Amino acid sequence: MTVVSPPLEERPVRRRRRGFGGGSRDAWPLVLPALLPVMLFSVYPLVYGVLLGFTDARAGLNAETAFNGLDNYVELAGNELFWNSFKIGLIWAFSVTVLQFLASLGLALLLNLDLRLRWLARTLALVPWAMPPVIIAIMWQLMLNPGYGPVNQILPGNVNWLGEASIALPVVIVVGVWAGMPQTTITLLAGLQSVPAELNEAAAIDGASTWRRFWHVTLPALRPVAVAITTLDLIWNFNSFALVFVLTAGGPGGTTMLPSLFAYNEAFRYGNFGYAAAMGNVMVVVIGAFLYFYLRGQMRRRLQ
Amino acid sequence: MTTPATTSAVGRNPFSRPLQYLALLVYMCFLAFPLLFLLSTAFKTPRELRSPDAGILPQSLTWENFTSAIEKADLYTAAGNSLLVAVTTTLIVTLVSLPAAYALVRFRTRLRAVATGWILLSQVFPFILIIIPLFLLMRNIGLVDTLLGLVIVYAVWALPFSLWMLQGYVAAIPVELEEAGAVDGAGRLRTLAKIVLPLLAPGIVATSLFTFINSWNEFFFALVLIQDPDMQTLPLALARFVGAEGQVQLGQLAAAALLACIPSLVFFLLIQKRLTAGLLSGAVKG
Repeated sequence: MTVVSPPLEERPVRRRRRGFGGGSRDAWPLVLPALLPVMLFSVYPLVYGVLLGFTDARAGLNAETAFNGLDNYVELAGNELFWNSFKIGLIWAFSVTVLQFLASLGLALLLNLDLRLRWLARTLALVPWAMPPVIIAIMWQLMLNPGYGPVNQILPGNVNWLGEASIALPVVIVVGVWAGMPQTTITLLAGLQSVPAELNEAAAIDGASTWRRFWHVTLPALRPVAVAITTLDLIWNFNSFALVFVLTAGGPGGTTMLPSLFAYNEAFRYGNFGYAAAMGNVMVVVIGAFLYFYLRGQMRRRLQ
Repeated sequence: MTTPATTSAVGRNPFSRPLQYLALLVYMCFLAFPLLFLLSTAFKTPRELRSPDAGILPQSLTWENFTSAIEKADLYTAAGNSLLVAVTTTLIVTLVSLPAAYALVRFRTRLRAVATGWILLSQVFPFILIIIPLFLLMRNIGLVDTLLGLVIVYAVWALPFSLWMLQGYVAAIPVELEEAGAVDGAGRLRTLAKIVLPLLAPGIVATSLFTFINSWNEFFFALVLIQDPDMQTLPLALARFVGAEGQVQLGQLAAAALLACIPSLVFFLLIQKRLTAGLLSGAVKG
């Protein structure tokens, strides 16, 4: 996965004939209708967005925009609210990713066994995937509703789960794990099913315990899939928006203000487009740097 | 998904099976309980919803919440908007990405690597970096607050993914089949129509359904690009419903949420079995 180094530079397109296929000259007319809109409405805005982070752009229709170099970043460096939100974003992304991985691995291992009702569990595990984040948020609001929700009927005490500053973030993290389990579970299950059964049987005949077999046979074979899905989960979670936006809108008292929500408010409530884009740039750099080290570490481990 | 279980009978602890079932039960409760609760809330009367010690299950099945949720004018319009946007997006994306996916696989250009790279890269960037310029762009060409603007944005964001999935399906069709068609004297178009297209059909269905669901569920772009209540999509309408009357009419909210889930739920149950294979094929052969 070359997530970090952008493979976007123009490469000379060589004409190669192979089998039935023609050269790239025949491909262009077919590919162009897909390529043009993507260039115009996603590559161009993205480049523009990165550049906006170095300007003082504001929302007004006739607002003048000028490059202001690193001014935005100097201002950001002193913006405690932003860094606080950044910290919340990291806590959220890492907790959700790790918990999601552990919970999904457990479920995938169970689904890989020959248990009854496996089909039901598998269907249930898929359902959150089919639900829009907005609806997942609405559903959990009902669940956690202090007056009506069943969570308060089952657990002792009368807690306002989403309204209490000290517990809102952990509660939101649990909802995030629920919402993201399907992808991770299904991917890990697919990975488990590609682990050759002979390996496990051979280890069992050699007298390895279930735990040792899991640790020394299954887990190493699962590593590539696990690395891929945790990487994607981390990116998705760090950039996620809709779920928390509807659940808490960043409250109470900013304790669940993910950086994406913070930047959204900055841009579309206060109209500071340039400043908000600068926040986006900082987020890309941090997540990019993290991915670089994580994936490089995993690559090295694999080569050894 | 019919691979035999990997645990062999050798050295199995006699207590492990009950423990496994217990763990499975815990997972099923965690996953299913919120869904069942949403379902039960949708059938409760306002009186039941208000009373502090009402049971978790409704006392009777009333469809009142569903009918009144549907009658709410804005939800009705919103569902229509969502449907229009999702169907148009799906048609455009499928028609554009099908030939492109075929060309990427069969003509062996570097574009394939570039397309895959772009998909991965576009995941890393936070949406805020994309939405601000997109909003400015849309404002300049007068497409803010229009469904057409939304269709363009959704189509563009669905395209790379659709390409990626489809090229996996194309790559799975042996090129020899097409060569055989050519040897038998069929022209290229005829080969495509008679041999490739039928084999691709399941892949096309899965990919276009995926595009449909993603547009149907999308929230963030719609939140920024649509302010006019007459133009809002279903997720937007639902999110605003929460803000406006969510505390008062929990039953209607639950009913509306359930109705909004139906297309994606039906889709996921239909392709459940193919899901793993289809999604991973793109990844592996990419």
